[in-house]
Parts: sequence; C-alpha cells; structure tokens
Amino acid sequence: MLGYLVRRIFAAVPVMGVVALFVFLLLRLTPGDPAAILAGDNATPERLERIRTSLGLNEPLIVQFITWVNKLLHGDLGTSLISNLPVLKMISQRVEPSISIALSTIILAVIVAVPLGVIAAWKHGTWIDRFVMGLSVLGFSVPVFVVGYILIEIFAIDLRWVPVQGFKSISAGFGPFFERIILPTCALSFIYIALIARMTRAAMLDVLGEDYVRTARAKGISEVAVMMRHALRNAAVPVITVIGTGFALLISGVVVTESVFNIPGIGRLTVDAVLARDYPVIQAMILLTSLIYVVVNLLIDVAYTLLDPRIRY
Amino acid sequence: MTNTVLNINNLVVTVGKKSSGPKIIDGISIQVRERETLCLVGESGSGKSVTSLTVMGLLQKGSLNPTGGSVKLVGEELLTATDRRLRQLRATQMAMIFQEPMTALNPVVPVGRQIDEVLRAHTDLDGRARKKRILDMMEHVRLPQVERIFASYPHRLSGGQRQRIMIAMALVLEPKLLIADEPTTALDVTTQKQILTLIRDLQRDHGTAVLFITHDMGVVAEIADRVAVMRQGRLVETGPLDSILRNPTMEYTRNLLASVPSLVPRPAREETKEPIVLEANDLGKVYRERSFFGKGREVVAADKVTLTLRKGRTLGIVGESGSGKSTVARCIVRLIDPTSGGVRLAGREISDLSRRLLQPHRQKIQIVFQDPYRSLNPRVTVGESIAEGPINYGVAHADAMKRARELLELVGLPADAVARYPHQFSGGQRQRIAIARALALDPDVLVADEAVSALDVSVQAQVLELLDEIQKRLGIAILFITHDLRVAAQICDEVVVMQHGRVVEQGPAGEVLMHPKEAYTKSLLDAAPGRGWDFANFRPVAEGVAASV
Repeated sequence: MLGYLVRRIFAAVPVMGVVALFVFLLLRLTPGDPAAILAGDNATPERLERIRTSLGLNEPLIVQFITWVNKLLHGDLGTSLISNLPVLKMISQRVEPSISIALSTIILAVIVAVPLGVIAAWKHGTWIDRFVMGLSVLGFSVPVFVVGYILIEIFAIDLRWVPVQGFKSISAGFGPFFERIILPTCALSFIYIALIARMTRAAMLDVLGEDYVRTARAKGISEVAVMMRHALRNAAVPVITVIGTGFALLISGVVVTESVFNIPGIGRLTVDAVLARDYPVIQAMILLTSLIYVVVNLLIDVAYTLLDPRIRY
Repeated sequence: MTNTVLNINNLVVTVGKKSSGPKIIDGISIQVRERETLCLVGESGSGKSVTSLTVMGLLQKGSLNPTGGSVKLVGEELLTATDRRLRQLRATQMAMIFQEPMTALNPVVPVGRQIDEVLRAHTDLDGRARKKRILDMMEHVRLPQVERIFASYPHRLSGGQRQRIMIAMALVLEPKLLIADEPTTALDVTTQKQILTLIRDLQRDHGTAVLFITHDMGVVAEIADRVAVMRQGRLVETGPLDSILRNPTMEYTRNLLASVPSLVPRPAREETKEPIVLEANDLGKVYRERSFFGKGREVVAADKVTLTLRKGRTLGIVGESGSGKSTVARCIVRLIDPTSGGVRLAGREISDLSRRLLQPHRQKIQIVFQDPYRSLNPRVTVGESIAEGPINYGVAHADAMKRARELLELVGLPADAVARYPHQFSGGQRQRIAIARALALDPDVLVADEAVSALDVSVQAQVLELLDEIQKRLGIAILFITHDLRVAAQICDEVVVMQHGRVVEQGPAGEVLMHPKEAYTKSLLDAAPGRGWDFANFRPVAEGVAASV
C-alpha cells in the first residue's frame, strides 16, 4: 500500500511538469511581446525594459523556464500586475473560503444523497423511487443562483436567522463561520445531491442484481445488512469517483455562488484575473487547479484500493 | 419411517400478482425426505430454479409470485410465512448453494467474515466461539490452511475452494434442507467430482435432505436417490434413480436420456489421405503483464502446441479451464497473435502475416463461439449478419443475401429468417445462425470454441448432428474445442488433451478416450460424472459390454 502511494506520487510529478511547461509557454508563446502584454497599453519603453529584465525575457527560453520553475519551487509565484501583491499571498487569502465551502458542500451532499440513492434503489419502481428521482431532476434543472437567492430571501431576509452574505474565518469562532457558510453550502449541494443520489441509485441497482446479494439474502440476514454491508460497498467505486471529481470542481469553479453570497474565494479571484489579464495570477490558478485535480485523483484511486481488494496496481 | 423435510404440494407460480397470469410453475408436487437426495432435472426454462427460489422465499418480489399450492418445511407452511420468519428459517432450517461460485460470494469481504455473518445473525455465540466453529466447518469441507483462507478475499481462491466456502456457509448451522442449484456446473470435472463427494459425505454425516438441481444426467447418476424430471413448469415423472434411468415411462424422459452423448467414442471413420488444411507447429502464447515500475509477470498460456487437421476431419482439443485450449484456437484464427511457433493454413504460413496481408486468408478459417446469446449483434438482422463477411470480400449485396437464405436452410432454419433479429430465436437456433455465418465465407476450417457447451442436451445433440452433416456435405475440417469428454467422444476423429498450456496426449479419439496412456487423461475420464451409465441405451456401461461379448 505504502509502496503504491509512493509510486503514485512519483507518477504525478511528470504530470505537474507538463502542466508547468504549458503554463510557462502560455505567456511566452502568445503572439507579440510578453512584456508588452504584461505592461498594458500605455507602457513607457523604460517600463517595458524593466519588465523584460525582471522576467529574464532576454535570456534563452530554456534558461527562462529553469529560472521560473526554480522560483516556483521556492514558493515565488510572481507578483500580480494589478495589485502588485505577491500572487502566493493573494491565493492563500482566498483558499480558506473555497476549501471550507467545497468540503461542507460535499459532506452535506453525501450525507443526504447516498441514503436517498440507496432507498430509491431498494424500493425500485415504487413511489419512493420516483419521488427521489423527481427531486434529482429538480436539483439538476434549477440554477444555483436561483436556489441561492431563494435561500437568502427566506432565511436571511424574512426569518433573519443568518447574515445575508460574506465569509468569516473559522479562526473567528465556529458560530460566525457556520452562520455564513450554511446558505451557500445548501445552495451548492443541491445539484451534487441530485448527481450523487442518481449515481448511487444506478450503481446500487447494478449490484442488487448480483449473485452475492442473493447469497446474502439466503443467509437470512436483515435487509439493512444486505444493503449496507453487501450492496453499498460494492456500489461505492463509481459513487466515490463522482464525489471526488465533484469536490475538485467545487474548489475552483464556484464563481456564481461566490458572487451571490459575496464570498472572497478563488473562483472569483480567477475570473477577476482573467478579465484583467493578470497573467501571473492566471498562471498560478492553472497550476493550483491542476494540483488539486492530481491530488483528488490520487485520493480517489487510493479509496478504490481500500474499497475493493481486487483492485491492485 | 423417515421424515419428510420438504413437501411441495401442487405449487403454482405465476408472472405478476394475479393468479390468472402466465404460469411458470404449474402444479408441481415434490417431497424430499431426511437423508435423501432428490435430483430435480430439466432443461433451461423448465422452472427448476424458480422452484428452489420459491422454497427459499427469494423470488423477485412483484415479478414472480406463488399463487397456489403449498410448500411445507418440516410441517411449517412457507408460502404464507412472514419475511421475518423466513429470515429466521434461512441458514438455520434451509440453506442454498448456487451455480456460480465466482459471483456468489461478496468480492469485497473476506470469506471468513461472510460465514461469520450467518452465525452473528442466528446465534448468540461470542467472537471466539464463532471463529472456532467456522474453522471447524472449513476443515469439515476439506479446505486447506483454514486460518489463511479465513482471512482471504474470494478472488484469491479457486472455483472449487469458493464452492467449499459456500457449502460451509450453508451447512454451518446444520439446516434440515440443503438446496443445491447446479452447484458443480461451473466447475471442472475433477473439482466437480470432489464437490459431489463432499455433499454426499456431509449428507451422510448430518442426515440433511438435499434438493439437487441439475441439467446434467451424469451428475444425476452420481448423486441422486430419487429423480424428478421437469419440463415447462410441470412435473414429467418422479421415481427412484435406477428406475428412471432404466425404465423411464414418459416419452420426454426417454428423449432426454437418449440425447446424452455417450462417453464411448463413436466408431472411428476411415483414415483419409485428404490434404492437410491446418497445421500448428510449436505454437506458443505468453501473456506479459507490464507494470509501470518494476518487473512484469509472465503467464504461459500455450506452450509448443503441435497439431494437424485434414480436410473433412474433426480434431478435438479437450481440457479443463485454464488448460490453454481456447488460447490455441484464438491463436490459430489469429484473433490473438501467437508469441512463437507457426500456423499453416492450406500450406501457407499465416502466423507472422500482418493484419492487412492476413485479410485474404481470414475467409479460409472461421470460428463459432460458446455463447449464442452474446455472439450475434442484437441490432443487426440475421441475414445482414450472415452476409456481412461475403460483402467484405466483395460479393454484391443481393448475392450475399441470397446466399444467406441458402445457408439458413442448410442449417435447418426457414429462409425468411433473414429479416428477423437474434432475440427472436432460441439458443439452439442462434447457434445455427452462428454456424451459418461462419459457413458464409466457404472456409476450409471451422473452429468451434465450446460451441455446444451452453446448450441443453437435446439441442446439443441436434447441433452436433448438424455439424456432422455439414462436414459430410461440404468436406469442411472442424477444430472442436470442448471441456466435455462426452461431446468429444461423439464428434471427434482425433483428440488432443491439454493441461497447463501443454499437450498431454494426442491420438485417435477411440484410442485416447478408451485406452488413455497418460495419468492426467485417465483422471479426467475417471472424474466424468455418470461414466458408469450408458444413458442412451438405458443401462449401465458394464451390462452393455457384457451383452456385446
């Protein structure tokens, strides 16, 4: 197991290397002078020259790449062209809200969706099944901002149970943190509940037709034990895959939710950077997102081997 | 006076909830007594499995329902029992083992824990007592290294070992009734023999009543005390083993027995001097498992296999699963590439031809696969399936379809079947279609890879007859891969016996199957179930030999 983990981590290195190369070339190979792109439209020649020297643009490409990677490994992601702050600092400020929301959303979605999917499969073809499936169609079709505004209207404005928007770090106490994170979590988890419930149901239906489920029933054990011990564990692999990729998507791609609830997450940071052509930030975000996907995929694969002893790499 | 353990009386099972629905089981009555094995025999669709699932209360809720009669287990009515009561009875009073040991165990739970579950659900024993009981039971079913197997996952065990685990699981609480639904069908003959002996011995020790479901008359002859023959949901006849095998009263039973191929090879055909159409020389196939880091694993699937086949003759390759017989067939047809050795087709070396250069030779050798349900494209009409090959080789569509009609008649199907889809045919008919498809290219060699193994005996007999007739008519050479020595005895001129990828023995069928030289061939023949019975002549083989002297 440990050997497998080490091998997988080493195998991730070339992947990140290719991403780094791509990110590096993104700026260098765009038509025109990178310094001119970076400096904007009204740059003076002196400023252009200064950027060139600071980025080492007069060096050969390969030397530039090595210098860039070297800086990267030392945590130097460059400086934002807009705010003039170090990119690393900008991102680290934004990471907590994003990860908190992604985690809470996935946890809520799994807690609600997996039992729903199991029950729907167990009561396959009955009104319970149809009700759960209907719910999931609704979850797929209602856009997240609609759900968000409805939740704000009810719980923040009418009932005044929670603040309308914003984010408080967990270091400021669990209460304020929880108050502000609950609504975006609910809004976001809607579609994930739909997705995971559907996936769980489909995987369970496959597994319920298997011979070993019949064997389990022939042993005279309770239906709950048949469902949980024999069916769900075998149905888990596709469900875990959806949960994992869902989590990766959640960290980097919840721009709409962050806007609706005014949360300073990395989704909005990315969008702002793209609109302002803040290249160092864009580069850092691509690297970060890739890293998240690589790590999540690694975790999914490790989960596979834990869930299914037949899977060995 | 022995006690009746299971008493099924006038049972009716219908599709859907209403008793007016189509009847899957139509008024059958069976009794199984203590210490008795009742074999429930029938072809596919006869309702034997539905009967057993009804007893266990494991029918799919809603789709099939018992709507009449009664099922009593030691006097207690099961059809009206609550789910809770049925759960209590399962494993304690009645237990079941299934056909496919590969899929009947949960792949993600160690086998010891799967047996443990039975004890947890039905007893108050503490952890240590349960484990001791399980290990005892595992030794009882003659598993080796019980401590290691206790903690193993099913995929680490062989088919025979898994079936032993299933039996241990079923018998650990000493139920009064054991239902065995084709428990040895998926196993090799040698393993099958061990499992049958095991069930016999356990039954003798514990006085269990056994309801044994099978389609294999050989197995029936080995294990049954009494036999019940089923057909289309009805009971055809019941009786003690000897009287059913010697004096079946019903026409259907007679036909069923008469279709069982004999282990005694058919009279040898004259040696021919016809040209050799297929030759394999030192054919080898090694599978290499590559890994990203470190060294890969190697599996030798076929090693130095040499065989020759003449025009108009049938060569059988027999062996147990994993012996490499299918690998050899696939290498010869070049569905997979051999790693060493050569294949000569009509005098032309084809083993090293590239895919493109091979194309003109492909039509000379065609293959028919085991499972007729999966080897025909369900969305393409039968005619198009048959015509596809010739069209690929440049025959005009209209001509190819005309030929398809002729071929369907040749294999005994109506010519207008061309416009129909595979699902409209039975298994036997589909295998006829598969044969017609293979013949469409006028091949010199037809490879039949377990082509009759998935068929019921009566259908099997018809398909074997068809192959024989086609061979006589077209002079085609047949390479026949099978695990079934009875089938091999009835269709092959020469036989090659394979084990672990190597040829153990080869020669004329009569020679190899009647006077085997190698120990492995002997053990294979020895393990063939019902070898003492000449079913088609309703007498033991010994009597037949005595009569002919």
